[in-house]
Amino acid sequence: MLILLAVVIGVLFATGVYLLFRRSTVRLIIGLALLGHAANLFLFTMGGIRPGIVPIVGAGPVEQMVDPVPQALILTAIVIGFGIQAFVLILSYRAHEEVGTDDLDQMKSTDVT
Amino acid sequence: MSSLILRTVARLLLPILVLLSLFLLLRGHNLPGGGFVGGLVCAAAIILQMVAYDTATARRMLRGSPWLLLPLGLGLALLSGLAALLWGQPFMTSRFVSVPLPGGGALDLGLPTVFDLGVYFVVLGTVLLVVLNLGEE
Amino acid sequence: MTLHLVLPVALPLAGAILCLAFYRVARVQRAIALSSCAGLVLYLAGVLWPLLNGAGYATLRIGNWPAPYGIVLAVDLLSAIMLSLAAVVGLAVLVYALAWFRREPEEPLLYPLYLILLMGLNGAFLTGDVFNLYVFFEIMLVSSFGLMALGGERGQIEGTIKYLAISQLSSALFLLGAGLLYGLAGTLNMADLARKLAASGATPYTAIAALLFLGAFGIKAAVFPLFFWLPASYHTAKTPVTAILGGLLTKVGIYALCRLYTLLFPVHWAAQRSLFLGIAALTMVVGVLGAVAQGDIKRLLSFHIISQIGYLIMGLGLSSTLAMAATLYFMVHIVLVKTGLFLIAGIAEQVTGTTDLYAMGGLLRRRPFLACLFLITAMSLAGLPPLSGFYAKLGLVIAGLQSQEYWVVAVALGVSMLTLFSMVKIWTQAFMKKATTAAGAKEQLRPGLYVAAVGLAALALVAAVGAGPIYGVAQRASQQLFDSSAYLVAVLGR
Repeated sequence: MLILLAVVIGVLFATGVYLLFRRSTVRLIIGLALLGHAANLFLFTMGGIRPGIVPIVGAGPVEQMVDPVPQALILTAIVIGFGIQAFVLILSYRAHEEVGTDDLDQMKSTDVT
Repeated sequence: MSSLILRTVARLLLPILVLLSLFLLLRGHNLPGGGFVGGLVCAAAIILQMVAYDTATARRMLRGSPWLLLPLGLGLALLSGLAALLWGQPFMTSRFVSVPLPGGGALDLGLPTVFDLGVYFVVLGTVLLVVLNLGEE
Repeated sequence: MTLHLVLPVALPLAGAILCLAFYRVARVQRAIALSSCAGLVLYLAGVLWPLLNGAGYATLRIGNWPAPYGIVLAVDLLSAIMLSLAAVVGLAVLVYALAWFRREPEEPLLYPLYLILLMGLNGAFLTGDVFNLYVFFEIMLVSSFGLMALGGERGQIEGTIKYLAISQLSSALFLLGAGLLYGLAGTLNMADLARKLAASGATPYTAIAALLFLGAFGIKAAVFPLFFWLPASYHTAKTPVTAILGGLLTKVGIYALCRLYTLLFPVHWAAQRSLFLGIAALTMVVGVLGAVAQGDIKRLLSFHIISQIGYLIMGLGLSSTLAMAATLYFMVHIVLVKTGLFLIAGIAEQVTGTTDLYAMGGLLRRRPFLACLFLITAMSLAGLPPLSGFYAKLGLVIAGLQSQEYWVVAVALGVSMLTLFSMVKIWTQAFMKKATTAAGAKEQLRPGLYVAAVGLAALALVAAVGAGPIYGVAQRASQQLFDSSAYLVAVLGR
């Protein structure tokens, strides 16, 4: 299970970074989303992968509970990622309106020459 | 889009989805659910109307700007944190009251519920702002 | 006293909520924003500093959860210095923005986003929890994206996309680092982590975690190989926004590096010394060379942000109490002076109607007071005695000589000369040169612009005159960072 997760995280990171390097803003957004998923999955793995019961008071013996902290962290990171995705979607839409393309290579007007 | 089937279903589904979102909101303390998911479901209910009719109809149903949901939600969340100061506890210390329900059972309401309600409004407001803005372009 | 440590977060948040509620009434928004910023300054001066002068630390357990499990807000002198800088600069830039946006009406989201930015900054300085630090970083970043894109012009949108993409990459690195730490120690409370990591000793994993954080905060602080997003984005925003981003935002990365490296990775900190110093030297040189080559005043100043970040990294890399004290003094100096320069550049922009240095000119004749103000601030940035930049660089140079890192001292001094050169370039082009364009109608500038710029310049002068006492505070803060046992006791209660 651990090895499988390691491979999945690695693949997610690789595709995320690859998409970040593409020229289209849409691919950039998907790349950012994949990077976020990879980081979240990594957090999940770091909490320890083992079967257990829900960590709620009274649900059972404490020793059998899974670690709730990574879940809380991931939930927070997902919500933040959600907000950023929403923002960047609107932003790229506006960029498409202003620049008339989704090609990042054509968005060079602010670059250092 | 003007599909009669979709419009009929959307109208029927609206109250059910809103109820579902409230259900998710209230059970969120100990079970899967909470303000975030609840807000998303409620937003989905309104987006469904937008898809079935148009954005103008969806806006009319809101009876107000989704802008105002943001300060409302953030304010509720902040107040639920500050309320703990009234009895001399640190920021965000939680407190519960048990409300007996008619016909047996009890509803545990606490400051986290108020906080979750705030989250519900913020999520609803944000999603609607984004989707309505994109839908109207 | 259960409320007060939350105030730096709660007050801007409350202000932002009220601003959102009154999003149609610009007048009310302005009053709310001004009063919450002023309240923050009053709180820090009246409550927090007297408290810290006695105890040295202040902590608050959010939600009354015991220490390593809940979120703890912990303030030491480093946090207090950063909080004060954020509050003072936040107030000054707000006063400036109030005057600036009388000419072009502001977007209704300007003040809410501005206050939320301050809330994120304050939260990052307050928190004693790694994940909470991530959350406040994101709050700060999201509002800075919004602020940067506010005008909706082509350049702003392009700049924001680049800034956002690179920031999210850094956030992913941050999450990885936090995840690794959690996997190693099973906690994210900084004090608890410090104890557990010290007990288990340095391993390759902690080294990787340290490098992940260096990468994450290096991007946010715009250090050498990771700086290119900054000059492509900061100058596109409206000038008050550029001022607050340029003055404060990159410094949060430095703050986080100071905090995490002193507390969690003291072993790697010493081991990575040459890495830090190499990054510092390259950052200084590349930043200043970029600045010298620029012909746009806002871009030139943006490159100087990078160059000055190099000095801060240098102080961090020297890893001695004296170097840390000098770094903190440098931080005070640079935040005041850099923001002040952006504000002055904005006034020059309003007078001449351009940010292109070659098209500017004649400002010495037209605005002698502005010229005087610029001269003081710019010479302070370049480090001429007896201004604040001189004492800041003097401290770093002495620390470098004590640590026998002569080459980095030589680089720092050389960069200082180039800084002076680029400031002289602004002076000759914008102020001394004869006006190339006919003077526009003598437009009345709003006094708020000058109030803010003069206020920051005066504070920079105060920092120079009071260099002794400020170094004293910085020295105490530095000792707190190097001897973290008292911090651990203050947070964990044992």
